[in-house]
Amino acid sequence: MQLTTNKRFTIALIFSLPMLAQMILTPFGFHLPGGTWTEFVLTTVVMAVSASPFVRSTWSSFKKHHSNMDTLVAIGTVTAYLYSIYAMLAGQDVFFEGAALVITFILLGQVFEERMRKNASSAIEKLLDLQAKDAEVIRDGQALVIPLDQVQIGDIVRVKPGQKIAVDGTIVEGQSTIDESMVTGESMPVEKAVDDAVIGATINKNGTLLFRADKVGDETMLAQIVDLVKKAQTSHAPIQNLTDKVSSIFVPIVLILSILIFMIWYVFLGATVSTAIIFAVSVLVIACPCALGLATPTALMVGTGVSAKAGILIKNGEVLEAVNHVKTVIFDKTGTITQGQPVVTDIIGGQDQVMTIAGQLEAASEHPLAVAVMDKAKELGLAENNSVENFQAIEGKGVTGRIDGQTAFIGNAKLLADRQMSADLQETMTQLQEAAKTVVLVGVGDEVIGLIAIQDAPKPSSKQAVASLKKRGLKTVMLTGDNQLVADAVAKQVGIDQVIADVLPNDKAEYVQKFQQEAEVAFVGDGINDAPALTTADVGIAMGSGTDVAIESGDIVLVKNDLQDVATAIQLSAKIFNRIKLNLFWAFIYNVLGIPVAAGAFAAIGLTLSPELAGLAMAFSSLSVVISSLLLNRVKLNRPSAFAN
Amino acid sequence: MDKMLVLVAGLAAIAFIVWWFFGKHQVQVASAQQGQSSQDIDIEVAGGYSPEQIVLKKGVPATLNFTRTDPSGCLDHVVFSDFGINQELPQGEQVKVQINTDQAGEYTWACGMNMFQGKVIIK
Repeated sequence: MQLTTNKRFTIALIFSLPMLAQMILTPFGFHLPGGTWTEFVLTTVVMAVSASPFVRSTWSSFKKHHSNMDTLVAIGTVTAYLYSIYAMLAGQDVFFEGAALVITFILLGQVFEERMRKNASSAIEKLLDLQAKDAEVIRDGQALVIPLDQVQIGDIVRVKPGQKIAVDGTIVEGQSTIDESMVTGESMPVEKAVDDAVIGATINKNGTLLFRADKVGDETMLAQIVDLVKKAQTSHAPIQNLTDKVSSIFVPIVLILSILIFMIWYVFLGATVSTAIIFAVSVLVIACPCALGLATPTALMVGTGVSAKAGILIKNGEVLEAVNHVKTVIFDKTGTITQGQPVVTDIIGGQDQVMTIAGQLEAASEHPLAVAVMDKAKELGLAENNSVENFQAIEGKGVTGRIDGQTAFIGNAKLLADRQMSADLQETMTQLQEAAKTVVLVGVGDEVIGLIAIQDAPKPSSKQAVASLKKRGLKTVMLTGDNQLVADAVAKQVGIDQVIADVLPNDKAEYVQKFQQEAEVAFVGDGINDAPALTTADVGIAMGSGTDVAIESGDIVLVKNDLQDVATAIQLSAKIFNRIKLNLFWAFIYNVLGIPVAAGAFAAIGLTLSPELAGLAMAFSSLSVVISSLLLNRVKLNRPSAFAN
Repeated sequence: MDKMLVLVAGLAAIAFIVWWFFGKHQVQVASAQQGQSSQDIDIEVAGGYSPEQIVLKKGVPATLNFTRTDPSGCLDHVVFSDFGINQELPQGEQVKVQINTDQAGEYTWACGMNMFQGKVIIK
């Protein structure tokens, strides 16, 4: 017969209620008709129906040299039950009600606990519920509505106002505002037009859009987020290691302890057998390590779910602990502190010649500066024919190639080591750099013929983000491949403490290591070149708009491209970690205080714990831990507007 | 006399518990049934996992079939933290868990509270 916990609890409750009533009403002269025989019958039903699964589970783990919380409950109640039968036959005091009520209370705890645990793990289902169920796809000129899982890459999908966007894609027609709060946590709707990317599961507000599906199924942003959250929820926090070790030896140790307690009371203190058994059984029942086992996983589950809702993906439990020790936050500049979309502001030298060469050399590059140059070249209509031969990248300096039989180059001032530039250009370059612009040198042969000035402005929120980190007592550092002047100018605008400029891509991780010698470091970045630094840092925080490599390397991913979330992520991690510590504290306290009381250590001052009260305390301890974890759902962040509803 | 008996019996019980739970005991190991394109293995969940250690071949998709016969709520979830799997195991039902075997290594699984563990070895 297989009964649910609910049914087992109901049966236990019905059959132990008369005994509970008797316990309370005895002072008023109430006794159960039939006396101990009635108690025997009632308890036998509870033991046979509600308690037998505990016994079966105990036996099957015992055969494997294992023990679990059921072991304690089963041995405790069976001991009380069997002794009471003996005592009944011998005409001594019985405590059937102890066995029955312990089972009832423990099952009560489990009923609630099951419900709460479902609640705690519901974050993922909620995320998946966000998905659209179907999509209107245009194939062969025909519009047809198909289930979500049949949408293929390259399909053109139509979304009407108010509808959910089915998959990730790029708009090919129309414009609209889109509510992305459910995925990014960004509360403001975003304006989108042709060529802009749309995210699956977000809501199209007011315009009709046609978009091309770029990512479907497991590849969509939502699917990736769900995957990350799943991994985080099942991950282990190092703080758990102790409890893991403890729980595997805990039960046998409690068994031994309870035998010792029985011997001490009976053999050395001269108590009666029944008193000694009551103490021994109470210890078994109260010592159950459930709360200890639940403390970390439930907090992790709720905490990572809450952060995901705010657009902050915490990848595992280890990070939570590491974040708490971070003293220094190092930022990558481009794309992290700044917009990451620099634009060309000045062209010095013959505009057409400079931009033609620049446009051709940069055509193949994905560097953000190159994109700015290309955009400008396209705008001027100078990015037509591409005839570069012998294209070569010079790491950290720039690129060279042959155009029309001549060697041409583009790059930064480091190229000057073996090339020349006129004094005029030199002076202009310094002026531009003092204005916090990045200057790119363009040349033919070994002579610089012109300059392109590019500026990448800080994001509007960067200044506030740095300020709130400083308020938390963190040191802020900016690492950049740009030159000192540009870096200083940006740092001054956003209030960064320390600037390290002219860093080669491969050296970023090395600088992170240097800072690690002083204190734990968090690194915030978005590019492929940030990946080593993200991995090296104690906590790697990747911007969600960043490259896949960066997102893969980071420990925390900020879905919204907002630097403010660095502070929020640190705040949230601290909250979750503190909750884990609090849970563990309470779980330990229950056992540490409960065991001596149950053992009768304070019997001399009249403080004892009957087995049924021990059962109640034990049920309450697991419950309180799960509730405490669920309370993380109510954590208030400094920026409530970041929450999606 | 009674007390002497209780004392001796109690100490004997303690000795037995120490030997039974902390002594070295053999672990049940099993290799998967090998098909050409898949490998699967049945795991009974009762007071722990049998078998407790499983050897899988790298690169061949694997399915672990968990059947929980144990009524204990302790074992109602199986968690593979390396794979992000947290699967509910309804009592008496066979539940399939797919394991990605692309990476060789040792991966542990555990019940929801990490009281019981098992290990997958991929090689």
